[in-house]
Amino acid sequence: MEPLSNRKKVLEQKPMNFWERMYLPAVLKGMGVTIKHFFRKKATVSYPEVARPYSKNYRGLHSLKRDEEGRERCTACGLCALSCPAEAITMISAERKKGEEHLYREEKYAAVYEINMLRCIFCGLCEEACPKEAIYLDGPHVPADYLRKDFIYGKDKLVEERFDLHSLR
Amino acid sequence: MEAIFIIEKLVLIVVVFVLTLVIAMYSTLAERKVAGFMQDRKGPDRAGPFGILQPLADGGKFFFKEEIIPAGAHKGLFIAGPTIAIITACISSAVIPWGQSLQIGGRTVELQVADVNVGVLYIFGVIALGVYGIMLGGWASNNKFSLMGAIRAASQSISYEVAMGLSIIALLMVTQTLSLKEIVAQQEGFVNWNIWVQPLGFIIFMTCAFAECNRVPFDLPECETELVGGYHTEYSSMKLGLYMFSEYINMFVSSAVMSTLYFGGYNFPFMYDLGLSQNWITVIGVLVFFLKIFAFIFFFMWIRWTLPRFRYDQLMNLGWKILIPLAIANIVLTGVITLIKDTYW
Amino acid sequence: MSLFYFVAFLSIFFSLMVIITKNPVHSVLYLVITFFTFTVHYVLLNAQFLAVVNFIVYMGAIMVLFLFVLMLLNLNKETEPMKSVLIKVIGAVAGMCLLVTVAGSIRAMEVSDPLILKNPDIGLVSSLGKVLFNEFLLPFEISSLLLLTAMVGAVLLAKKEQKSI
Repeated sequence: MEPLSNRKKVLEQKPMNFWERMYLPAVLKGMGVTIKHFFRKKATVSYPEVARPYSKNYRGLHSLKRDEEGRERCTACGLCALSCPAEAITMISAERKKGEEHLYREEKYAAVYEINMLRCIFCGLCEEACPKEAIYLDGPHVPADYLRKDFIYGKDKLVEERFDLHSLR
Repeated sequence: MEAIFIIEKLVLIVVVFVLTLVIAMYSTLAERKVAGFMQDRKGPDRAGPFGILQPLADGGKFFFKEEIIPAGAHKGLFIAGPTIAIITACISSAVIPWGQSLQIGGRTVELQVADVNVGVLYIFGVIALGVYGIMLGGWASNNKFSLMGAIRAASQSISYEVAMGLSIIALLMVTQTLSLKEIVAQQEGFVNWNIWVQPLGFIIFMTCAFAECNRVPFDLPECETELVGGYHTEYSSMKLGLYMFSEYINMFVSSAVMSTLYFGGYNFPFMYDLGLSQNWITVIGVLVFFLKIFAFIFFFMWIRWTLPRFRYDQLMNLGWKILIPLAIANIVLTGVITLIKDTYW
Repeated sequence: MSLFYFVAFLSIFFSLMVIITKNPVHSVLYLVITFFTFTVHYVLLNAQFLAVVNFIVYMGAIMVLFLFVLMLLNLNKETEPMKSVLIKVIGAVAGMCLLVTVAGSIRAMEVSDPLILKNPDIGLVSSLGKVLFNEFLLPFEISSLLLLTAMVGAVLLAKKEQKSI
C-alpha cells in the first residue's frame, strides 16, 4: 500500500558489531549522560519557601468579595448553589437589620455561606452565575488537612479581608 | 604488653565497626542525593541542613514500624536471615589494612584488625556466606516471590563467585601473596598500582562485585518490577532495615577491597618524596584510602542510576559465557607475560 | 587440647543432627554448621589455606547449591514415600557394612609421622603449593582433568538436542 505520509521509518535490524557487543562503550556513554545531569541546574522548587506563581486563569480557593466601601457584595440569591454541578455550596440567608448598612450592600445577605472543598471541582460556574460579582476563584489551592469537617469552608475563611482605602493615602 | 595489644585491637575494632556503620548509614542518604542529582532533582533536604539527619529519621522510622512475622513463616530462620546478612557484611572488613602503622609512645600500632596470610580468601569466604542470609530469609518467608528472589540470589552469587575468583587468581599471580597487607605494601606510590598490570582483571572483578552486592544492574534477587520485593517481600520494620543496611555495608567493604587490591589502598603518589614523618604519612594514607572508597561508592551509585536491570538470562550469559572465559584468558595472559618477564629481564 | 575436644564434640553433634532432623532444609543447615566446625579444625591445625578453601567451596558454594535444590523441591511429609520394612532392613545391613569398613580402615591406618606434624607451617599456602606442584603434580593434574571431564559431561547432558526437521 502507498504510504500517506513520508514519516514512516524503516528500522534496520542489524546484528551488533564487536564494540556494541562489548557493552562497555555503551555503559560509558550512559554514564556520561547521567554525570552531565548531575551538574545541571535542578528543576526542583523548594515549595513552602519558594512558591511558583499561579497562572493568570488559575481557579483556586473561592473568595467572597467586598465592594469599594468594604461591604459584602453577596446577596444570598442562591444562584451559585443552583449552578454548582457538584452541589458544594450551601447558604442560609438573612435580612439586613437597621444599622448594618455598612456591613452588607443589599437588603438580604448570607448569614451562613459554606463550600465543601472536597466536593468542589473548581469549575468556576459559581463565578459565572453570580449576578453581584461577589464570588471569585482567585485564591491559591486548597491546603491539606486532617479531618473532613475542616474542608467545609465557612464565611470566616471565604470572605476577603476588609481593604482600607484610606491606608493608601 | 599483651593487655595493651588487646586494648589496641579492641579500639581499632570498635573504630572500624562504628565507621562502617556510619558510612553505611550515610550511604543511604548519599544514594538518594545522587539519585536526585542525576534526575535533576535535589534529593532529601528537609531533615537538617542538606538533609544530613535523614538517615537518623529513617532509622527511627524503621524501629517504630510494626514487626510482622507471617503466619506461615519459619520463625527461627525468618529472624536468622537478616541476622546472618548483617553479621557477614560486618565481619568482612576485619582483614582490610586501613593504613600503615602509627608510632604512639614507642609502640607501633598496625591499622589492620587481623593480618591473616590468606586475607583475600577470607574475604571471599565471608562474601560466599552472605548469600545464606538472603536465601534463608527468602525461603523462611513462605512466599513465592521471596523464594524466587532467594533462588535467584543463590544462583547469581555462585555464578559470579567463579568469575571473581578467577580474576583474583590473575592478580595473585602478580602479587605472589594472599596477605592483603603485603599486597598493599607492594603498590607503593602510583605507578605500582595493580590496576596498571591487571586492567581486565579489575573490570571483571568490579562487575562481579556489583553482582555479589546485589546492586543494580544485577539486583535480580530483589527486582521490584517482577518480584514485588524479592527476598525481602515479607520483611518489615528493622529486619528490612538490616537487609538494606547489609547491602550498603557490602558496598562499602567491596569498595574498600577494590581500592586495596587494585588502587593501592592507602598509597598515594609521592608519599615518600614530601619529607613527611611516618605518622603523617599514615594519617594522610588513611584519608586517601577513604577518599578512594568514597569514589568507588559514588561509582556504585552512578552505575545504579545509569543502567537498567539485566534480564535473568542475560545475567547468566554474562557470567558464564563472557566473564569466566575472559577471566581464564586473563590468567593465561598474565602467566605468559610473567614467564617472559622472568626469563628475559 | 580441650578446645579440640569441644569442637570435635560440636562436629559430631551437628552431624548427628543432620541425620536426625526431619526437615531437609534443617538438615542442610546443620551440615553447613558441621562444615564450619571442620573449618575450625583446620585452623587449629594451622592449615589456613585448607580452612578457607573448605569455607569457600563447601560452605559457600556446594551447600548453597544443595539448599537451592531443596528449596525448589516441595518436600512435605505427605509426599514422602512410605518406607517398607524391607527397605529398613536393607538400610540397616548397608549401615553395618559401612561401619565394618570404617572400623577396618581405622585399624589399618598408620599413626601419622610426628616429624611432619612438628612443622607448623605445613598447612600454609606456599608450602602446600610447593608440595602440590612438585611431588604431587601428576595426581593433581589428573584430578583436575577428572573435574573437567565431569564438567563437559554435565554440559553435554544439559544441552538441548537438536531437533531434526
